[in-house]
Amino acid sequence: MNAKRPIRLMRRHQRERRGLLRGTVAAAGAAMLAGCDRLSHNEAFVETLKSAQQLSSAANKLVAPRAAMAQEFSRADIAPAFRSNGTLMPMDDAYHRLRQDGFADYQLQVRGLVEKPAAYTLAQLRDMPSRTQITRHDCVEGWSCIGQWKGVPLAPLLDAAKPLANAKFVVLRCFDSMTTPKGEADDTSYYESIDFDDAFHAQTILAYELNDKPLPVSNGAPLRLRVERLLGYKQAKYLRAIELVESFADIRGGNGGYWEDEGYTWYAGI
Amino acid sequence: MAIGKAARTSGERFYRHRLPVRVMHWINVVSLTLLLMSGLNIFNAHPSLYWGRDSTFASPWLTIGARDTPRGPAGFLRFAGHEWDTTGVLGLSTSGGELRARGFPDWATVPGPQWLAMARLWHFFFAWVFVINGVCYILYSLLSRHLVRDLLPTQAELRAIGTSIKDHLLFKHPTGDAAKRYNVLQNLAYLVVIFGLLPLVVFAGMAMSPRLDAVFTGWVDLLGGRQSARSLHFIAAAGLLGFTAIHLFEVIVAGVWNELRSMITGWYQVPTDPLKKEPQ
Repeated sequence: MNAKRPIRLMRRHQRERRGLLRGTVAAAGAAMLAGCDRLSHNEAFVETLKSAQQLSSAANKLVAPRAAMAQEFSRADIAPAFRSNGTLMPMDDAYHRLRQDGFADYQLQVRGLVEKPAAYTLAQLRDMPSRTQITRHDCVEGWSCIGQWKGVPLAPLLDAAKPLANAKFVVLRCFDSMTTPKGEADDTSYYESIDFDDAFHAQTILAYELNDKPLPVSNGAPLRLRVERLLGYKQAKYLRAIELVESFADIRGGNGGYWEDEGYTWYAGI
Repeated sequence: MAIGKAARTSGERFYRHRLPVRVMHWINVVSLTLLLMSGLNIFNAHPSLYWGRDSTFASPWLTIGARDTPRGPAGFLRFAGHEWDTTGVLGLSTSGGELRARGFPDWATVPGPQWLAMARLWHFFFAWVFVINGVCYILYSLLSRHLVRDLLPTQAELRAIGTSIKDHLLFKHPTGDAAKRYNVLQNLAYLVVIFGLLPLVVFAGMAMSPRLDAVFTGWVDLLGGRQSARSLHFIAAAGLLGFTAIHLFEVIVAGVWNELRSMITGWYQVPTDPLKKEPQ
């Protein structure tokens, strides 16, 4: 009996220690989760997290320089159906009027910090030299889809407009309002912005065809941006105007795009 | 029982982990935990995995989802032609006080609720912490000879691997001088993680970046394409989670406080063989 007592004591001691350990781990876990959620709402902390994006974009541009090409695929790789996401049918009257006439009255505006603002009809754009590319669309959600795009390269359009020396970004203005418009002042139309490295890249085109057919409405008819080294939310659909700016700080939320104003990062290369 | 054995230590204290290894270990604990949990939040934005260059939406090899059944909404996990009801944990779980369709539940993700933009901020910040820490560790291990001295098993240890496997299955832990070295299974596990799983998780992660895909045309195909890379990233993360589970189990079996102390202060109480008579 006496000999057993120390063992029993030790076992109780161990049980207590194990219980203590389990309790500590559970409490630490719960505290960590709550802490992470609180930090996600702390402005200074979120700014710290965002600082890594500068590092990511600098590192990406170092190893994949300005002219580096996105992978292009063969016809065999084209997905049977190209997935549509975001706006599938703009609700705006201006868009519907244009669509009813087969976009005959459509014009793409080129404006902002340029010497020569311009407007192009769809027929004019189709008459220009085109580029056809089979590329992979990578959505920020995680899925990918391969499709063949035909369109007019953006670089010659920008060159023709003669950007002013202080122009730094190309803002894409779109037809589709993201919420039901409540009035003139309530502009919720989709917009995006890219820098000149991407705007003048060889694979950056304004696409009017997908898989040998006119661009479907759900994929951005009549014209959408393809900027192949960036995520899907940069591939603005239903293009209305191209606007050159020095800074996007005073446009809407000031973050350079519809999803950027919702918290997504401006740099969309990862 | 095993705990009882391991808890019996001699008076000998042994300086087992040097400061850089301890610091880098704990940075790893924090960054890998946050990477895993923010990664699960990101996964939830499209809770299906595919093989190949793009998403074959009709045939994911793994899907977590929710659907309506006659008995109400249910969560499911579909994998390799089988389907499991995972209501409450996977596919359908309580989020913000109500039952919601979600891949992984709130308690497994950072941030808790579904918030892709924020999860990406966490993920890419701690990815840098993890990668910089990992590069420091590799350089330190080479320069300090930690790799050659402690991590690479000797020929004799490799030959005795059968004994080591048997000891592990019996939860028998080395004592005396043998406890001062990593055992051969430990060596192999660490080497597989350091030079297998960790590089794989990093490269598969990088393969998902459309800009990094442009570094060399087609390098992503070495991993089977972007969607295969996403799958491999997930599998490697699951492998790391599995490693961590075994690692923590072994820590508990070998003696939590002694092991924890050695990774915090560096000092380890060398356990003695309970069957051997101890000199008084």
